[in-house]
Amino acid sequence: MTDWLPPEAATALALSLRVSLVATLVSLPFGVLCAYALARWRFPGHGVLNGLVHLPLILPPVVTGYLLLLAFGRQGWVGSLLWDWFGFTFAFRWTGAALAAGVMAFPLLVRAIRLAIEAVDPRLEEAAATLGASRPKVFATVTLPLILPGVIAGAILAFAKAMGEFGATITFVANIPGQTQTLPTAIYSFLQVPGGDAAALTLVLISVAVALAALALSEWLSRRVAARIAGR
Amino acid sequence: MTLEVRLRHDFPGFRLEVDLTLPGGLTCLFGRSGSGKTSIVNAVAGLLRPDHARIVLDGVALHDLPPHRREVGYVFQDARLFPHMTVAENLTYGPRVRGLRPEGMDRIVALLGIGGLLSRRPGTLSGGEKQRVAIGRALLSRPRLLLMDEPLAALDEARKAEILPYIEALRDETGLPILYVSHSVPEVARLATTIALIEAGRVVAVGPAADILSDPGTAPVLGLRDVGAVLTARIAAHDADGLTRLDTVAGPLWLPQVAGELGKPLRVRIAAQDVILALGRPEGLSALNILPGRVAELHEGQGPGVLVRVDLGGAFLLARVTRRSAQALGLAPGVAVHAVLKSVAVARSDVGAGGEPG
Repeated sequence: MTDWLPPEAATALALSLRVSLVATLVSLPFGVLCAYALARWRFPGHGVLNGLVHLPLILPPVVTGYLLLLAFGRQGWVGSLLWDWFGFTFAFRWTGAALAAGVMAFPLLVRAIRLAIEAVDPRLEEAAATLGASRPKVFATVTLPLILPGVIAGAILAFAKAMGEFGATITFVANIPGQTQTLPTAIYSFLQVPGGDAAALTLVLISVAVALAALALSEWLSRRVAARIAGR
Repeated sequence: MTLEVRLRHDFPGFRLEVDLTLPGGLTCLFGRSGSGKTSIVNAVAGLLRPDHARIVLDGVALHDLPPHRREVGYVFQDARLFPHMTVAENLTYGPRVRGLRPEGMDRIVALLGIGGLLSRRPGTLSGGEKQRVAIGRALLSRPRLLLMDEPLAALDEARKAEILPYIEALRDETGLPILYVSHSVPEVARLATTIALIEAGRVVAVGPAADILSDPGTAPVLGLRDVGAVLTARIAAHDADGLTRLDTVAGPLWLPQVAGELGKPLRVRIAAQDVILALGRPEGLSALNILPGRVAELHEGQGPGVLVRVDLGGAFLLARVTRRSAQALGLAPGVAVHAVLKSVAVARSDVGAGGEPG
Protein backbone atom coordinates (compact mmCIF):
# COMPACT_ATOMS: atom_id res chain seq x y z
CA MET A 1 0.00 0.00 0.00
CA THR A 2 2.34 2.74 1.18
CA ASP A 3 6.08 2.66 1.68
CA TRP A 4 6.06 3.31 5.39
CA LEU A 5 3.26 0.91 6.23
CA PRO A 6 3.69 -2.78 5.37
CA PRO A 7 0.57 -4.24 3.69
CA GLU A 8 -0.05 -6.56 6.62
CA ALA A 9 -0.07 -3.59 8.99
CA ALA A 10 -2.37 -1.59 6.72
CA THR A 11 -4.81 -4.50 6.61
CA ALA A 12 -4.73 -4.75 10.40
CA LEU A 13 -5.38 -1.00 10.75
CA ALA A 14 -8.29 -1.09 8.32
CA LEU A 15 -9.77 -4.13 10.06
CA SER A 16 -9.35 -2.52 13.48
CA LEU A 17 -11.19 0.60 12.34
CA ARG A 18 -14.02 -1.47 10.90
CA VAL A 19 -14.27 -3.74 13.96
CA SER A 20 -14.25 -0.78 16.38
CA LEU A 21 -16.76 1.24 14.40
CA VAL A 22 -19.22 -1.64 14.11
CA ALA A 23 -18.71 -2.61 17.76
CA THR A 24 -19.42 0.97 18.90
CA LEU A 25 -22.41 1.65 16.69
CA VAL A 26 -24.12 -1.67 17.42
CA SER A 27 -23.61 -1.45 21.17
CA LEU A 28 -24.67 2.24 21.36
CA PRO A 29 -28.47 1.72 21.56
CA PHE A 30 -28.03 -1.08 24.11
CA GLY A 31 -25.65 1.15 26.03
CA VAL A 32 -28.16 4.02 26.18
CA LEU A 33 -30.95 1.66 27.26
CA CYS A 34 -28.77 0.05 29.94
CA ALA A 35 -27.54 3.41 31.21
CA TYR A 36 -31.09 4.80 31.35
CA ALA A 37 -32.34 1.73 33.20
CA LEU A 38 -29.48 1.89 35.70
CA ALA A 39 -29.81 5.63 36.24
CA ARG A 40 -33.59 6.04 36.36
CA TRP A 41 -35.36 2.79 37.11
CA ARG A 42 -35.47 0.83 40.33
CA PHE A 43 -36.25 -2.81 39.61
CA PRO A 44 -35.37 -6.22 41.00
CA GLY A 45 -32.09 -7.24 39.43
CA HIS A 46 -30.78 -3.66 39.29
CA GLY A 47 -27.62 -4.71 41.09
CA VAL A 48 -27.23 -7.82 38.96
CA LEU A 49 -27.48 -5.79 35.74
CA ASN A 50 -25.00 -3.27 37.09
CA GLY A 51 -22.56 -6.06 37.96
CA LEU A 52 -23.02 -7.76 34.61
CA VAL A 53 -22.32 -4.54 32.71
CA HIS A 54 -19.14 -3.97 34.68
CA LEU A 55 -17.94 -7.57 34.56
CA PRO A 56 -15.69 -7.19 31.47
CA LEU A 57 -13.91 -4.34 33.26
CA ILE A 58 -12.98 -6.56 36.19
CA LEU A 59 -12.49 -10.00 34.65
CA PRO A 60 -9.18 -10.86 33.01
CA PRO A 61 -9.78 -10.27 29.27
CA VAL A 62 -8.71 -13.85 28.58
CA VAL A 63 -11.56 -15.06 30.76
CA THR A 64 -14.07 -12.83 28.93
CA GLY A 65 -12.72 -14.15 25.61
CA TYR A 66 -13.03 -17.72 26.79
CA LEU A 67 -16.59 -17.14 28.03
CA LEU A 68 -17.45 -15.65 24.64
CA LEU A 69 -15.95 -18.73 23.02
CA LEU A 70 -18.05 -20.99 25.24
CA ALA A 71 -21.23 -19.05 24.40
CA PHE A 72 -20.71 -17.92 20.81
CA GLY A 73 -18.19 -20.47 19.43
CA ARG A 74 -19.43 -22.88 16.78
CA GLN A 75 -20.11 -25.43 19.55
CA GLY A 76 -21.33 -22.84 22.08
CA TRP A 77 -24.91 -22.80 23.30
CA VAL A 78 -25.78 -19.60 21.47
CA GLY A 79 -23.25 -20.07 18.68
CA SER A 80 -24.56 -23.49 17.69
CA LEU A 81 -28.11 -22.19 17.43
CA LEU A 82 -26.98 -19.24 15.29
CA TRP A 83 -25.14 -21.65 13.01
CA ASP A 84 -28.01 -24.12 12.77
CA TRP A 85 -30.71 -21.52 12.15
CA PHE A 86 -28.98 -18.78 10.21
CA GLY A 87 -25.67 -20.33 9.10
CA PHE A 88 -24.00 -17.43 10.88
CA THR A 89 -21.01 -17.64 13.16
CA PHE A 90 -18.77 -15.28 15.11
CA ALA A 91 -15.99 -17.85 15.35
CA PHE A 92 -12.74 -16.74 13.69
CA ARG A 93 -14.48 -13.96 11.76
CA TRP A 94 -14.11 -10.19 12.02
CA THR A 95 -17.66 -10.11 13.40
CA GLY A 96 -16.34 -12.12 16.35
CA ALA A 97 -13.62 -9.54 16.87
CA ALA A 98 -16.31 -6.85 16.83
CA LEU A 99 -18.38 -8.77 19.40
CA ALA A 100 -15.37 -9.15 21.69
CA ALA A 101 -14.46 -5.46 21.30
CA GLY A 102 -18.06 -4.38 21.90
CA VAL A 103 -18.38 -6.44 25.07
CA MET A 104 -15.06 -5.17 26.43
CA ALA A 105 -15.92 -1.54 25.67
CA PHE A 106 -19.50 -1.76 26.98
CA PRO A 107 -18.75 -0.78 30.62
CA LEU A 108 -17.02 2.43 29.50
CA LEU A 109 -19.90 3.28 27.19
CA VAL A 110 -22.55 2.71 29.86
CA ARG A 111 -20.64 4.60 32.55
CA ALA A 112 -20.23 7.72 30.43
CA ILE A 113 -23.87 7.77 29.35
CA ARG A 114 -25.12 7.00 32.85
CA LEU A 115 -23.19 9.97 34.26
CA ALA A 116 -24.76 12.23 31.64
CA ILE A 117 -28.27 10.94 32.43
CA GLU A 118 -27.76 11.39 36.16
CA ALA A 119 -26.78 15.02 35.53
CA VAL A 120 -30.19 15.68 33.92
CA ASP A 121 -32.73 16.97 36.43
CA PRO A 122 -35.67 14.51 36.40
CA ARG A 123 -37.90 17.45 37.29
CA LEU A 124 -37.33 18.78 33.77
CA GLU A 125 -38.80 15.52 32.48
CA GLU A 126 -41.80 15.98 34.81
CA ALA A 127 -42.28 19.49 33.46
CA ALA A 128 -42.23 18.14 29.90
CA ALA A 129 -44.89 15.58 30.83
CA THR A 130 -47.22 18.27 32.23
CA LEU A 131 -46.82 20.14 28.93
CA GLY A 132 -48.24 17.16 27.05
CA ALA A 133 -45.19 15.07 26.13
CA SER A 134 -45.50 11.27 26.38
CA ARG A 135 -42.62 9.24 27.86
CA PRO A 136 -40.90 8.55 24.51
CA LYS A 137 -41.34 12.20 23.48
CA VAL A 138 -39.88 13.39 26.78
CA PHE A 139 -36.87 11.18 26.12
CA ALA A 140 -36.48 12.35 22.52
CA THR A 141 -36.98 16.08 23.15
CA VAL A 142 -35.53 16.64 26.63
CA THR A 143 -33.39 13.77 27.91
CA LEU A 144 -31.59 12.81 24.71
CA PRO A 145 -30.62 16.33 23.58
CA LEU A 146 -29.26 17.05 27.06
CA ILE A 147 -27.20 13.84 27.23
CA LEU A 148 -26.12 13.79 23.59
CA PRO A 149 -22.61 15.13 24.24
CA GLY A 150 -22.25 12.50 26.97
CA VAL A 151 -23.44 9.77 24.61
CA ILE A 152 -20.92 10.86 21.98
CA ALA A 153 -18.16 11.05 24.58
CA GLY A 154 -19.01 7.52 25.72
CA ALA A 155 -19.03 6.28 22.14
CA ILE A 156 -15.60 7.79 21.50
CA LEU A 157 -14.18 6.17 24.63
CA ALA A 158 -15.74 2.86 23.61
CA PHE A 159 -14.26 3.21 20.14
CA ALA A 160 -10.79 3.84 21.56
CA LYS A 161 -11.13 0.90 23.91
CA ALA A 162 -12.26 -1.31 21.00
CA MET A 163 -9.23 -0.21 18.96
CA GLY A 164 -6.96 -1.48 21.73
CA GLU A 165 -8.75 -4.69 22.65
CA PHE A 166 -6.32 -7.62 22.75
CA GLY A 167 -6.91 -10.39 25.28
CA ALA A 168 -10.54 -11.23 24.66
CA THR A 169 -10.14 -10.91 20.91
CA ILE A 170 -7.14 -13.22 20.57
CA THR A 171 -8.77 -15.78 22.89
CA PHE A 172 -12.13 -15.71 21.13
CA VAL A 173 -11.21 -15.38 17.44
CA ALA A 174 -7.41 -15.92 17.38
CA ASN A 175 -5.00 -13.82 15.29
CA ILE A 176 -5.63 -14.53 11.61
CA PRO A 177 -4.16 -11.91 9.24
CA GLY A 178 -6.91 -10.35 7.11
CA GLN A 179 -9.61 -12.05 9.19
CA THR A 180 -9.21 -11.30 12.87
CA GLN A 181 -5.81 -9.65 13.14
CA THR A 182 -6.45 -6.19 14.62
CA LEU A 183 -3.96 -3.44 15.48
CA PRO A 184 -2.86 -4.82 18.87
CA THR A 185 -2.66 -8.44 17.72
CA ALA A 186 -0.68 -7.29 14.66
CA ILE A 187 1.77 -5.43 16.91
CA TYR A 188 2.11 -8.60 18.94
CA SER A 189 2.77 -10.64 15.79
CA PHE A 190 5.35 -8.16 14.43
CA LEU A 191 7.20 -8.33 17.73
CA GLN A 192 7.40 -12.14 17.45
CA VAL A 193 9.36 -12.09 14.15
CA PRO A 194 12.93 -10.79 13.67
CA GLY A 195 12.99 -7.38 11.94
CA GLY A 196 9.35 -6.62 12.74
CA ASP A 197 10.23 -3.87 15.22
CA ALA A 198 9.91 -1.00 12.73
CA ALA A 199 6.43 -2.03 11.60
CA ALA A 200 5.41 -2.62 15.22
CA LEU A 201 6.65 0.84 16.20
CA THR A 202 4.62 2.49 13.40
CA LEU A 203 1.49 0.71 14.61
CA VAL A 204 2.26 1.66 18.20
CA LEU A 205 2.46 5.33 17.19
CA ILE A 206 -0.85 5.07 15.32
CA SER A 207 -2.44 3.48 18.39
CA VAL A 208 -1.18 6.23 20.67
CA ALA A 209 -2.45 8.92 18.28
CA VAL A 210 -5.91 7.35 18.04
CA ALA A 211 -6.15 6.98 21.82
CA LEU A 212 -5.06 10.56 22.54
CA ALA A 213 -7.36 12.03 19.92
CA ALA A 214 -10.29 10.07 21.32
CA LEU A 215 -9.53 11.17 24.87
CA ALA A 216 -9.25 14.83 23.90
CA LEU A 217 -12.47 14.74 21.91
CA SER A 218 -14.31 13.05 24.73
CA GLU A 219 -13.06 15.61 27.30
CA TRP A 220 -14.19 18.48 25.09
CA LEU A 221 -17.63 16.92 24.65
CA SER A 222 -18.00 16.37 28.41
CA ARG A 223 -17.51 20.08 28.95
CA ARG A 224 -20.20 20.69 26.36
CA VAL A 225 -22.64 18.58 28.41
CA ALA A 226 -22.06 20.77 31.43
CA ALA A 227 -22.56 23.98 29.43
CA ARG A 228 -25.69 22.63 27.79
CA ILE A 229 -27.31 21.64 31.06
CA ALA A 230 -26.49 25.05 32.51
CA GLY A 231 -28.45 26.54 29.57
CA ARG A 232 -26.11 29.26 28.36
CA MET B 1 -65.80 25.04 36.12
CA THR B 2 -65.62 22.68 39.04
CA LEU B 3 -62.65 20.73 40.22
CA GLU B 4 -63.24 17.85 42.54
CA VAL B 5 -60.19 16.58 44.40
CA ARG B 6 -60.63 13.64 46.69
CA LEU B 7 -57.49 11.81 47.67
CA ARG B 8 -55.78 9.79 50.31
CA HIS B 9 -52.12 8.96 50.42
CA ASP B 10 -49.93 7.58 53.16
CA PHE B 11 -46.46 9.05 53.27
CA PRO B 12 -44.06 7.65 55.86
CA GLY B 13 -45.37 9.15 59.11
CA PHE B 14 -47.90 11.43 57.42
CA ARG B 15 -51.33 10.94 55.93
CA LEU B 16 -52.73 13.23 53.27
CA GLU B 17 -56.52 13.08 53.18
CA VAL B 18 -58.34 15.71 51.20
CA ASP B 19 -61.85 16.23 49.91
CA LEU B 20 -62.31 19.49 48.03
CA THR B 21 -64.79 20.79 45.51
CA LEU B 22 -63.58 24.04 44.00
CA PRO B 23 -65.22 26.66 41.80
CA GLY B 24 -63.46 28.62 39.04
CA GLY B 25 -61.24 31.61 39.62
CA LEU B 26 -58.03 31.47 41.58
CA THR B 27 -58.06 29.04 44.48
CA CYS B 28 -55.25 29.31 46.98
CA LEU B 29 -54.12 26.24 48.86
CA PHE B 30 -52.72 27.87 51.94
CA GLY B 31 -50.72 26.17 54.65
CA ARG B 32 -47.33 25.82 56.25
CA SER B 33 -44.46 23.99 54.52
CA GLY B 34 -44.98 20.28 54.89
CA SER B 35 -48.76 20.56 55.23
CA GLY B 36 -49.28 18.68 51.97
CA LYS B 37 -50.20 21.52 49.58
CA THR B 38 -47.65 20.60 46.94
CA SER B 39 -48.64 16.93 47.13
CA ILE B 40 -52.21 17.95 46.29
CA VAL B 41 -51.23 19.83 43.13
CA ASN B 42 -48.78 17.06 42.21
CA ALA B 43 -51.64 14.58 42.45
CA VAL B 44 -53.79 16.80 40.22
CA ALA B 45 -50.94 16.99 37.69
CA GLY B 46 -50.33 13.23 37.88
CA LEU B 47 -46.78 13.58 39.18
CA LEU B 48 -47.87 11.90 42.42
CA ARG B 49 -49.91 8.73 42.29
CA PRO B 50 -51.91 8.68 45.52
CA ASP B 51 -53.11 5.45 47.10
CA HIS B 52 -56.68 6.56 46.41
CA ALA B 53 -57.63 9.42 44.15
CA ARG B 54 -60.67 10.86 42.50
CA ILE B 55 -59.83 14.01 40.59
CA VAL B 56 -62.52 15.29 38.26
CA LEU B 57 -62.30 18.49 36.23
CA ASP B 58 -65.60 19.45 34.60
CA GLY B 59 -66.69 15.84 34.31
CA VAL B 60 -63.34 14.54 33.03
CA ALA B 61 -61.74 11.98 35.34
CA LEU B 62 -58.11 13.10 35.50
CA HIS B 63 -57.04 10.35 37.90
CA ASP B 64 -57.33 7.78 35.08
CA LEU B 65 -54.99 9.70 32.76
CA PRO B 66 -51.19 9.84 32.57
CA PRO B 67 -49.72 13.32 33.25
CA HIS B 68 -49.23 14.20 29.59
CA ARG B 69 -52.92 13.69 28.78
CA ARG B 70 -54.39 15.67 31.67
CA GLU B 71 -54.13 19.09 29.93
CA VAL B 72 -53.13 20.68 33.20
CA GLY B 73 -50.51 23.43 33.07
CA TYR B 74 -47.99 23.50 35.90
CA VAL B 75 -45.81 26.43 36.98
CA PHE B 76 -43.19 25.13 39.40
CA GLN B 77 -41.42 27.07 42.12
CA ASP B 78 -38.14 26.61 40.21
CA ALA B 79 -39.22 27.57 36.67
CA ARG B 80 -37.81 24.31 35.19
CA LEU B 81 -37.19 25.78 31.75
CA PHE B 82 -35.46 23.47 29.28
CA PRO B 83 -31.83 24.65 29.27
CA HIS B 84 -31.05 23.46 25.74
CA MET B 85 -33.87 25.48 24.16
CA THR B 86 -34.34 29.19 23.61
CA VAL B 87 -37.16 31.05 25.36
CA ALA B 88 -39.26 30.84 22.17
CA GLU B 89 -38.67 27.07 21.91
CA ASN B 90 -39.57 26.65 25.57
CA LEU B 91 -42.79 28.61 25.05
CA THR B 92 -43.92 26.55 22.06
CA TYR B 93 -42.86 23.20 23.55
CA GLY B 94 -46.38 22.17 24.61
CA PRO B 95 -48.07 22.60 21.24
CA ARG B 96 -45.02 21.24 19.37
CA VAL B 97 -44.91 17.88 21.16
CA ARG B 98 -48.60 17.46 20.47
CA GLY B 99 -48.25 18.41 16.80
CA LEU B 100 -50.32 21.59 17.19
CA ARG B 101 -49.65 25.19 16.19
CA PRO B 102 -48.94 27.55 19.04
CA GLU B 103 -52.11 29.59 19.52
CA GLY B 104 -52.31 33.01 21.13
CA MET B 105 -48.54 33.30 21.32
CA ASP B 106 -48.51 37.07 20.68
CA ARG B 107 -51.19 37.75 23.27
CA ILE B 108 -49.47 35.69 25.97
CA VAL B 109 -46.03 37.12 25.18
CA ALA B 110 -47.51 40.62 25.49
CA LEU B 111 -49.43 39.78 28.67
CA LEU B 112 -46.24 38.58 30.35
CA GLY B 113 -43.92 41.17 28.82
CA ILE B 114 -41.41 38.63 27.53
CA GLY B 115 -41.21 39.75 23.90
CA GLY B 116 -37.60 40.87 24.29
CA LEU B 117 -36.43 37.51 25.64
CA LEU B 118 -37.53 35.17 22.87
CA SER B 119 -34.11 34.36 21.42
CA ARG B 120 -32.34 34.09 24.79
CA ARG B 121 -31.38 30.92 26.65
CA PRO B 122 -32.80 30.23 30.13
CA GLY B 123 -29.33 30.37 31.72
CA THR B 124 -29.09 34.08 30.90
CA LEU B 125 -32.46 35.08 32.43
CA SER B 126 -33.14 36.56 35.87
CA GLY B 127 -35.35 34.67 38.31
CA GLY B 128 -38.35 36.85 37.58
CA GLU B 129 -37.91 36.51 33.81
CA LYS B 130 -37.60 32.73 34.08
CA GLN B 131 -40.81 32.54 36.08
CA ARG B 132 -42.71 34.66 33.55
CA VAL B 133 -41.47 32.43 30.70
CA ALA B 134 -42.54 29.38 32.71
CA ILE B 135 -46.02 30.86 33.11
CA GLY B 136 -46.16 31.56 29.37
CA ARG B 137 -45.00 28.03 28.56
CA ALA B 138 -47.73 26.54 30.74
CA LEU B 139 -50.39 28.81 29.20
CA LEU B 140 -49.36 27.97 25.63
CA SER B 141 -49.83 24.27 26.30
CA ARG B 142 -53.56 25.14 26.29
CA PRO B 143 -54.36 23.90 29.79
CA ARG B 144 -57.88 23.56 31.12
CA LEU B 145 -56.52 24.21 34.60
CA LEU B 146 -53.35 25.98 35.72
CA LEU B 147 -51.39 24.79 38.75
CA MET B 148 -48.93 27.16 40.40
CA ASP B 149 -46.75 25.87 43.20
CA GLU B 150 -45.36 28.85 45.12
CA PRO B 151 -44.23 30.50 41.89
CA LEU B 152 -42.94 33.55 43.77
CA ALA B 153 -41.31 31.85 46.74
CA ALA B 154 -37.82 31.80 45.24
CA LEU B 155 -37.93 35.49 44.27
CA ASP B 156 -37.01 38.62 46.20
CA GLU B 157 -39.62 41.28 47.03
CA ALA B 158 -38.89 43.37 43.94
CA ARG B 159 -39.31 40.37 41.60
CA LYS B 160 -42.51 39.37 43.40
CA ALA B 161 -43.92 42.85 42.88
CA GLU B 162 -42.97 42.51 39.22
CA ILE B 163 -44.87 39.24 38.69
CA LEU B 164 -47.96 39.67 40.92
CA PRO B 165 -49.74 41.98 38.44
CA TYR B 166 -49.29 39.37 35.69
CA ILE B 167 -50.95 36.72 37.83
CA GLU B 168 -53.76 39.15 38.68
CA ALA B 169 -54.21 39.74 34.95
CA LEU B 170 -54.37 35.98 34.36
CA ARG B 171 -57.06 35.65 37.02
CA ASP B 172 -59.11 38.60 35.76
CA GLU B 173 -58.65 38.36 31.99
CA THR B 174 -58.26 34.73 30.89
CA GLY B 175 -60.98 32.98 32.87
CA LEU B 176 -58.61 30.04 33.32
CA PRO B 177 -59.12 28.29 36.65
CA ILE B 178 -55.97 28.41 38.76
CA LEU B 179 -54.92 26.29 41.72
CA TYR B 180 -52.26 28.28 43.56
CA VAL B 181 -50.10 26.99 46.39
CA SER B 182 -48.77 29.55 48.85
CA HIS B 183 -47.79 30.11 52.43
CA SER B 184 -47.67 33.89 52.15
CA VAL B 185 -50.74 35.69 53.51
CA PRO B 186 -50.16 38.95 51.60
CA GLU B 187 -49.89 36.95 48.36
CA VAL B 188 -53.06 35.00 49.11
CA ALA B 189 -54.89 38.19 50.05
CA ARG B 190 -54.02 39.77 46.73
CA LEU B 191 -54.71 36.81 44.49
CA ALA B 192 -57.26 34.39 45.90
CA THR B 193 -60.93 34.24 45.03
CA THR B 194 -61.27 31.03 47.03
CA ILE B 195 -59.06 29.86 49.88
CA ALA B 196 -58.54 26.34 51.18
CA LEU B 197 -56.58 26.14 54.42
CA ILE B 198 -54.48 22.99 54.66
CA GLU B 199 -53.04 21.77 57.93
CA ALA B 200 -51.19 18.47 58.49
CA GLY B 201 -52.57 16.87 55.35
CA ARG B 202 -56.19 17.94 55.92
CA VAL B 203 -58.44 20.75 54.75
CA VAL B 204 -59.42 22.80 57.82
CA ALA B 205 -61.43 25.50 56.05
CA VAL B 206 -62.50 26.37 52.56
CA GLY B 207 -64.54 29.28 51.23
CA PRO B 208 -64.56 32.64 49.45
CA ALA B 209 -61.39 34.61 50.17
CA ALA B 210 -63.21 37.54 51.81
CA ASP B 211 -64.92 35.20 54.28
CA ILE B 212 -61.84 33.17 55.17
CA LEU B 213 -59.58 36.21 55.53
CA SER B 214 -62.01 38.04 57.81
CA ASP B 215 -62.86 34.96 59.89
CA PRO B 216 -61.20 35.40 63.28
CA GLY B 217 -61.41 31.64 63.82
CA THR B 218 -58.94 30.86 61.05
CA ALA B 219 -56.34 33.30 62.34
CA PRO B 220 -54.12 30.73 64.09
CA VAL B 221 -53.62 28.93 60.76
CA LEU B 222 -52.74 32.15 58.92
CA GLY B 223 -50.38 33.34 61.62
CA LEU B 224 -51.48 36.18 63.92
CA ARG B 225 -49.07 38.78 62.56
CA ASP B 226 -50.36 38.27 59.03
CA VAL B 227 -54.08 38.25 59.69
CA GLY B 228 -56.04 40.88 57.85
CA ALA B 229 -59.25 41.32 55.93
CA VAL B 230 -59.47 42.32 52.30
CA LEU B 231 -61.65 45.26 51.24
CA THR B 232 -62.74 45.79 47.68
CA ALA B 233 -62.53 49.35 46.51
CA ARG B 234 -62.50 51.61 43.47
CA ILE B 235 -60.22 54.52 42.78
CA ALA B 236 -62.36 57.66 43.29
CA ALA B 237 -59.88 60.52 43.14
CA HIS B 238 -56.19 61.38 43.07
CA ASP B 239 -55.81 64.30 45.46
CA ALA B 240 -53.27 67.06 44.91
CA ASP B 241 -51.39 66.28 48.15
CA GLY B 242 -50.45 62.78 46.92
CA LEU B 243 -53.24 60.79 48.52
CA THR B 244 -55.65 58.62 46.60
CA ARG B 245 -59.27 58.35 47.64
CA LEU B 246 -60.79 54.90 47.36
CA ASP B 247 -64.50 54.23 47.65
CA THR B 248 -65.54 51.17 49.65
CA VAL B 249 -68.94 50.05 50.86
CA ALA B 250 -67.93 51.36 54.26
CA GLY B 251 -67.03 54.83 53.07
CA PRO B 252 -63.96 56.58 51.69
CA LEU B 253 -60.44 55.35 52.36
CA TRP B 254 -57.37 57.54 51.79
CA LEU B 255 -54.12 55.79 50.90
CA PRO B 256 -50.80 57.19 49.72
CA GLN B 257 -50.56 57.35 45.94
CA VAL B 258 -52.22 54.31 44.41
CA ALA B 259 -51.51 54.03 40.69
CA GLY B 260 -54.44 53.54 38.32
CA GLU B 261 -57.26 55.25 36.46
CA LEU B 262 -60.39 56.49 38.18
CA GLY B 263 -62.87 53.67 38.64
CA LYS B 264 -60.23 50.92 38.63
CA PRO B 265 -61.25 48.07 40.97
CA LEU B 266 -58.78 47.23 43.71
CA ARG B 267 -58.34 44.84 46.62
CA VAL B 268 -56.80 46.29 49.73
CA ARG B 269 -55.49 44.10 52.50
CA ILE B 270 -55.76 45.70 55.91
CA ALA B 271 -53.68 43.96 58.55
CA ALA B 272 -55.64 43.36 61.77
CA GLN B 273 -52.81 44.73 63.89
CA ASP B 274 -52.97 48.10 62.10
CA VAL B 275 -56.63 48.71 62.99
CA ILE B 276 -57.59 50.69 66.10
CA LEU B 277 -61.13 50.49 67.50
CA ALA B 278 -62.96 53.41 69.14
CA LEU B 279 -66.48 53.61 70.56
CA GLY B 280 -67.25 57.18 69.52
CA ARG B 281 -66.01 58.94 66.41
CA PRO B 282 -62.55 60.13 67.45
CA GLU B 283 -61.76 63.83 67.11
CA GLY B 284 -58.40 65.53 66.73
CA LEU B 285 -56.72 62.41 65.42
CA SER B 286 -54.00 62.27 62.77
CA ALA B 287 -55.35 59.04 61.27
CA LEU B 288 -57.38 59.84 58.16
CA ASN B 289 -59.46 56.73 57.82
CA ILE B 290 -62.33 56.28 60.26
CA LEU B 291 -64.90 53.70 59.21
CA PRO B 292 -68.10 53.18 61.24
CA GLY B 293 -69.38 49.66 61.86
CA ARG B 294 -70.56 47.12 64.40
CA VAL B 295 -68.75 44.30 66.16
CA ALA B 296 -69.79 41.06 64.51
CA GLU B 297 -67.66 38.52 66.33
CA LEU B 298 -64.88 38.25 68.89
CA HIS B 299 -62.29 35.55 68.99
CA GLU B 300 -60.06 35.08 72.01
CA GLY B 301 -56.84 33.21 71.53
CA GLN B 302 -54.30 31.82 74.01
CA GLY B 303 -52.48 35.10 74.49
CA PRO B 304 -53.51 38.58 75.60
CA GLY B 305 -55.00 39.46 72.21
CA VAL B 306 -58.52 39.39 70.84
CA LEU B 307 -59.47 39.34 67.17
CA VAL B 308 -62.55 41.42 66.43
CA ARG B 309 -64.52 41.11 63.24
CA VAL B 310 -66.17 44.41 62.41
CA ASP B 311 -69.16 44.56 60.07
CA LEU B 312 -68.84 47.71 57.96
CA GLY B 313 -72.22 47.16 56.33
CA GLY B 314 -71.50 44.49 53.72
CA ALA B 315 -67.77 44.23 54.14
CA PHE B 316 -65.69 43.06 57.05
CA LEU B 317 -62.56 44.29 58.76
CA LEU B 318 -60.48 42.45 61.30
CA ALA B 319 -58.93 44.26 64.24
CA ARG B 320 -56.46 42.81 66.69
CA VAL B 321 -56.72 44.45 70.13
CA THR B 322 -55.76 43.42 73.64
CA ARG B 323 -58.22 41.62 75.88
CA ARG B 324 -57.87 44.48 78.37
CA SER B 325 -59.00 47.04 75.77
CA ALA B 326 -61.84 44.78 74.64
CA GLN B 327 -63.11 44.61 78.23
CA ALA B 328 -62.59 48.33 78.89
CA LEU B 329 -64.62 49.21 75.78
CA GLY B 330 -67.19 46.54 76.50
CA LEU B 331 -66.81 45.05 73.04
CA ALA B 332 -69.47 42.49 72.26
CA PRO B 333 -71.40 41.50 69.15
CA GLY B 334 -73.67 44.35 68.11
CA VAL B 335 -71.70 47.16 69.74
CA ALA B 336 -71.20 50.16 67.43
CA VAL B 337 -67.53 51.00 66.88
CA HIS B 338 -65.30 53.07 64.63
CA ALA B 339 -62.36 51.38 62.95
CA VAL B 340 -59.37 53.67 62.65
CA LEU B 341 -56.59 53.09 60.14
CA LYS B 342 -53.48 55.12 59.40
CA SER B 343 -53.13 55.74 55.67
CA VAL B 344 -49.45 54.94 55.66
CA ALA B 345 -50.01 51.61 57.43
CA VAL B 346 -51.15 49.99 54.19
CA ALA B 347 -48.11 48.83 52.24
CA ARG B 348 -48.03 49.33 48.51
CA SER B 349 -47.78 45.55 48.05
CA ASP B 350 -51.07 45.14 49.90
CA VAL B 351 -52.96 46.97 47.18
CA GLY B 352 -53.70 44.79 44.17
CA ALA B 353 -55.88 44.76 41.11
CA GLY B 354 -59.20 43.01 40.93
CA GLY B 355 -62.83 42.98 41.87
CA GLU B 356 -64.60 40.76 44.34
CA PRO B 357 -62.36 38.53 46.43
CA GLY B 358 -64.84 35.68 46.36
